[in-house]
Amino acid sequence: MSELTFEDVTVRFGSGRRAMTAVDRVHLTVPSGAVVGLVGESGSGKSTLARAAVGLTPVAGGRILLDGRPLPRAGRRPLQMVFQDPYSSLDPRMTIGSSIAEAIPRGAVTGAAGRRDEVARLLELVDLSADRAACHPAELSGGQRQRVALARALAGRPDVVIADEITSALDVSIQGTVLNLVRDLHRSLGLSMLFITHDLAVVRYVSDYIAVMYLGRIVEYGPAESVLADPQHPYTRELLAAARRPGREAVDTVPAQVAEAEPADPHHPPPGCRFHPRCPVGPLVHADRAVCRDTAPTGDGRRHRAACHFAGGAADRPGVPPPGDPGS
Amino acid sequence: MTSTTASTAVFAHLSGNPWLRFAARRFGRLLVSVWVLVTAAFLMIHLIPGDPVRAALGNTAPVELVEARRATLGLNNPLWQQYADYLRHLFAGDFGTSMLSGMPVSQVIGDRLPATAELAGLAFALAVLVSIPLGLVMAVLTRGGRRRPVELAFTSGSVLLAVVPEFLVAVGLVYVFSVELGWAPVAMRQGPSSYVLPVLALALGPASVLARIVRVETLAVLQAEYIRTARAKRLPDRRVYLRHALPNALTATITVGGLLLGAMVAGTVLAENVFAWPGLGSTIVSSILAKDYPVVQGVVLVYGLGVLLVNLVVDVALALLDPRSTIRES
Amino acid sequence: MTSRARWAGVLRTPVGVAAAVLLGAVLLLAVCAPLLWGGRADEVDTAHILAPASAEHWAGTDNLGRDIFFRVLVATRTSVWLALLATGLGVAVGLLLGTAPLLLGPRLGRLVTAAVNIAVAFPGLLLALSFAVIFGAGASGAVPAIGLAIAPGFARLTQTLSATVAGRDFVAAARIAGVGRIRVLLRHVLPNIAEPLLVNATMAAGGSLLAFAGLSFLGLGVQTPGYDWGRLLGEGLNGIYLNPAAALVPGVAVVLAGLAFNLVGEAAAKAVGPRTATAPVRGASADGIAHGADLPAGQADAVLVVEDLTVSFGPVTPVRGVGFTLRRGESVGIVGESGSGKSLTALAVAQLIEQPGRVEARRLEFLGDDLLRTPPRARPRLLGTSLAMVFQDPMTSFNPVQRIGRQLAEVAEQHLGQRRGPALARAVDRLRAVRIPGAARRARQFPHEFSGGMRQRAMIGMGLMGEPKLIIADEPTTALDVTVQRQVLSLLADVRAADDVAVLLISHDLGVVEQVCDRVLVMYAGRFVEDLPVARLRDGARHPYTRALLGAVPDLATDRDQPLVVIPGRPADPAAPPPGCAFAPRCPLADDHCVRADPALVDDGSGGRVACWHADERPEPVLSAATEGEGR
Repeated sequence: MSELTFEDVTVRFGSGRRAMTAVDRVHLTVPSGAVVGLVGESGSGKSTLARAAVGLTPVAGGRILLDGRPLPRAGRRPLQMVFQDPYSSLDPRMTIGSSIAEAIPRGAVTGAAGRRDEVARLLELVDLSADRAACHPAELSGGQRQRVALARALAGRPDVVIADEITSALDVSIQGTVLNLVRDLHRSLGLSMLFITHDLAVVRYVSDYIAVMYLGRIVEYGPAESVLADPQHPYTRELLAAARRPGREAVDTVPAQVAEAEPADPHHPPPGCRFHPRCPVGPLVHADRAVCRDTAPTGDGRRHRAACHFAGGAADRPGVPPPGDPGS
Repeated sequence: MTSTTASTAVFAHLSGNPWLRFAARRFGRLLVSVWVLVTAAFLMIHLIPGDPVRAALGNTAPVELVEARRATLGLNNPLWQQYADYLRHLFAGDFGTSMLSGMPVSQVIGDRLPATAELAGLAFALAVLVSIPLGLVMAVLTRGGRRRPVELAFTSGSVLLAVVPEFLVAVGLVYVFSVELGWAPVAMRQGPSSYVLPVLALALGPASVLARIVRVETLAVLQAEYIRTARAKRLPDRRVYLRHALPNALTATITVGGLLLGAMVAGTVLAENVFAWPGLGSTIVSSILAKDYPVVQGVVLVYGLGVLLVNLVVDVALALLDPRSTIRES
Repeated sequence: MTSRARWAGVLRTPVGVAAAVLLGAVLLLAVCAPLLWGGRADEVDTAHILAPASAEHWAGTDNLGRDIFFRVLVATRTSVWLALLATGLGVAVGLLLGTAPLLLGPRLGRLVTAAVNIAVAFPGLLLALSFAVIFGAGASGAVPAIGLAIAPGFARLTQTLSATVAGRDFVAAARIAGVGRIRVLLRHVLPNIAEPLLVNATMAAGGSLLAFAGLSFLGLGVQTPGYDWGRLLGEGLNGIYLNPAAALVPGVAVVLAGLAFNLVGEAAAKAVGPRTATAPVRGASADGIAHGADLPAGQADAVLVVEDLTVSFGPVTPVRGVGFTLRRGESVGIVGESGSGKSLTALAVAQLIEQPGRVEARRLEFLGDDLLRTPPRARPRLLGTSLAMVFQDPMTSFNPVQRIGRQLAEVAEQHLGQRRGPALARAVDRLRAVRIPGAARRARQFPHEFSGGMRQRAMIGMGLMGEPKLIIADEPTTALDVTVQRQVLSLLADVRAADDVAVLLISHDLGVVEQVCDRVLVMYAGRFVEDLPVARLRDGARHPYTRALLGAVPDLATDRDQPLVVIPGRPADPAAPPPGCAFAPRCPLADDHCVRADPALVDDGSGGRVACWHADERPEPVLSAATEGEGR
């Protein structure tokens, strides 16, 4: 298993007036054998980052490295991806066996029998019986399809698996089985994973590290328990406040200005810190914090970093990025 | 060029308004289409295998005559120069000269265009006026699987009318109304009654296709969630259908309808030949048969412009009906 | 359904059979007619020139005395063959152009697309005429002319279809797996678009048959001594006063053949096109009576009383007898998976189920008015002003071509009799009430200019145009981001608190219901299985399904070292509910009794109701996650 690194990665769509920077100079590391959970709302660029990693979307700037080396452009793909919608990610005309077999790298197994055995092994790995290989996707439930999609990703002998919202399209009673499977696979195979979701509770359940993305930028990154127990960025705190918690009353402690702020338009991101128009510790509430309006904050390169001038909510932190920060 | 710079500046200034942006973009597309059309019309003559002049004058024509005609038509010049000349003449309103009659093509077109335009315009209006109410009423009557027999009758009738091409409709109409009943004149353009059959022949097919599209689109719109919202507001049915369903069904209809109405412009060719209508359609056929290429070229150009005009009207109508399209369009 | 079964389905409709028979006859005629009657068709009989129809010559004779009827029969081969040839050419060129964007990559592909788009705008006939000029009059010119005229339309269809398929995730997955462009096209894209393309090609064949007849009719197609239907028709038209049959017989032939191709295409399109789910016709629930304990009648402050409500679509009954009461200012949540019938329950209460759906209930009263006995049309004002709806997807729930302000004002115009101006002023005021900044400006905007959360707030504002006593919110936050979700939920809570409005919240998310509601109704397979106060949800849930739902989804307090609770099997199929407890096939506590007998929703005496033979029993811990769906 290997370490996946995004170095200063930028992804742009369109050109001219409609140009949009979906991912803006992102630094992110998926350590070897670890699950990194990437959370953010729709339009934050988290899925674009995933698609860029597997080569579905061209990168406008920066590098994506595997163990320090650029990803190979041809041949075996060391990165595999599992998609959100299991109803669209399997070819309805193909048996699931041939869908999986297609992803087995050339030369990995020999002969038709070798392929069949490999498909059977992979199906059993995701808790499906081997005779399911002859089924078409229409014969399977959503949860089963998602497991087939996982098996197909594993067929490519990936170094890193990218899971993009793999439980959001599933019924609540099915989500648990897929999450359990992800955890089991991670433990038994030592998979490195980038696990993308909008749901902080799900991320908390499967991840070793958590990265929070907002409008194309990573605003906070750190070990899961540290980010959850001691969130530094106000956006992370907002996400945590909105997440499911047993028996919680609907209490709103956010200032009124913030509660009414509109979510930003990814086509026209605000200058400076992108969160400042709806930030409870920014210029909206604290008139003297003009720095947020014109200077983009950066992570400070520690184990647990947050891109906020006033991270941790402490008012005395300087707004000047420290030297050697990864964002510059 | 200063005019270019100035227009760029004006463009930049106005580009804040989505409507002006839309207009500028649409105009740009029109220019490109016109250029493609003009170039295609020019190339059409040059793609004809062999010598068009020889083909037009026949094998027996003396070599000197062919050469002289080639010279007057400029066919001996290099291709790019012929192209430049062609464009220059077009700008001056000069469509060339008929190889057979020696009349300017622009005059031929001027003589014939009104008859065709009247025919197409009337048929267009008839098709739209009949199909939209018919499609809407049919959708409302047959929504959610109601009134199966009505649906069957409407669908089979419209399929039949849509399949039968206009020249066959025309022949059928001639047979029933002129031959059997003797109600309408068979041919020529003489008095209001002579318009009835050609316009009907031209309008029936497109009207039935359009009515079907309106029905299908309305049915789809009636399934939409905003219709459920309108019902949740407990609006009267009439208001739900006319204010909420119809405008949305039309936006979807117009795109397909535009193609259909463009085809109607071309359909005049066949209808005119059945009814001996003295328009561009009979001219183009006789000119193709007589190999009078400058006339063919000119008439094709006029038809093409007609189609582009219809497309332009469609896009503007779409923009007026659907506020999103000025933005979506690119 | 396999594709072969679907194509066979074409033959099961009357239209399909008729079309197939007709097409078969036309093709048979094309093969046989010249062999059988070729001689008679060419037999010159100068004694009977231009004869009218008679017993000897059914359609009369032409200017050389040849029998027109037989000439029409023999012309089938030329007409059909040339049409098929042109279609083949057009389809081939269209396929090449249509798949070019996939094969050539985005840049060259865009060029091809643009060219096709320009060509598509020009009518086929015009293109065919122009090509006829180039290729010359005659069959050999008309075939490429018509073929090339078909090509742009076919190319465009191929492009659209293949772009849709190419955008789906399984193609992305294949590309990630290293499958090359050509292989992706051949293995994934073409098989998935073959059916609509085939349907379209069939119709195109009909179209080119007609187009060919048109060109020949004009004298630009088949030239003498050859003849096809169009040519015969053109010759016949000249003598239509003397012998109408000479024009009509070839005309009928063209129409029949064209119709044959088109109808086969239409029938096939219906069979292979997007199908509406045809639910298997199995016996609906055997007993539709008396589920759920009766509620005490006539609560003074009841806003909504529902007893034994069923919703059925033909033989399928997705809601099978549910009952509940909502009091003034009370907030009740209905929780369930997709297909449980929770949204249909809400729509039925709001009287928004359309035909062919049927709503029945023992009682359905809103503000004391019986909604079932009085047709809803008779009381639009009551429902229009007192019952507000909020739907799941704010993107699609507003009319896209009308300004937001107008859509709100409409309610006041319709039900409060206000004029345009005051109604619009009220709309702006309501938008302000739901905390939309710059309400006056926003009212003039179209829905697409609003963000999702703002639209949902505007939807709530629409409900506030009257004086609602009940807000029914169907998954109001599912389509929204978590942070926006909180805004909308707190707005709902504020509205409820301010005017003592009752709220019926439909959600799949227990967390959302917990935040907003006093009471939660858990729905499974069209029935309520549990009804309990939200305060008791976490530790007082008695139904195994409720408890499993709570454990299946992680929250911020879930133990990360324990596997999540697994509910084996699939959600019950609404078309075929089991005879006993619908949850029994997935229930760890189920025994034979559960499978046979459906438990009733029984009042437990402490403000809750539960429908389970084993309420409160704890299952053996589920150890393996390996059972999902394998049992089905």
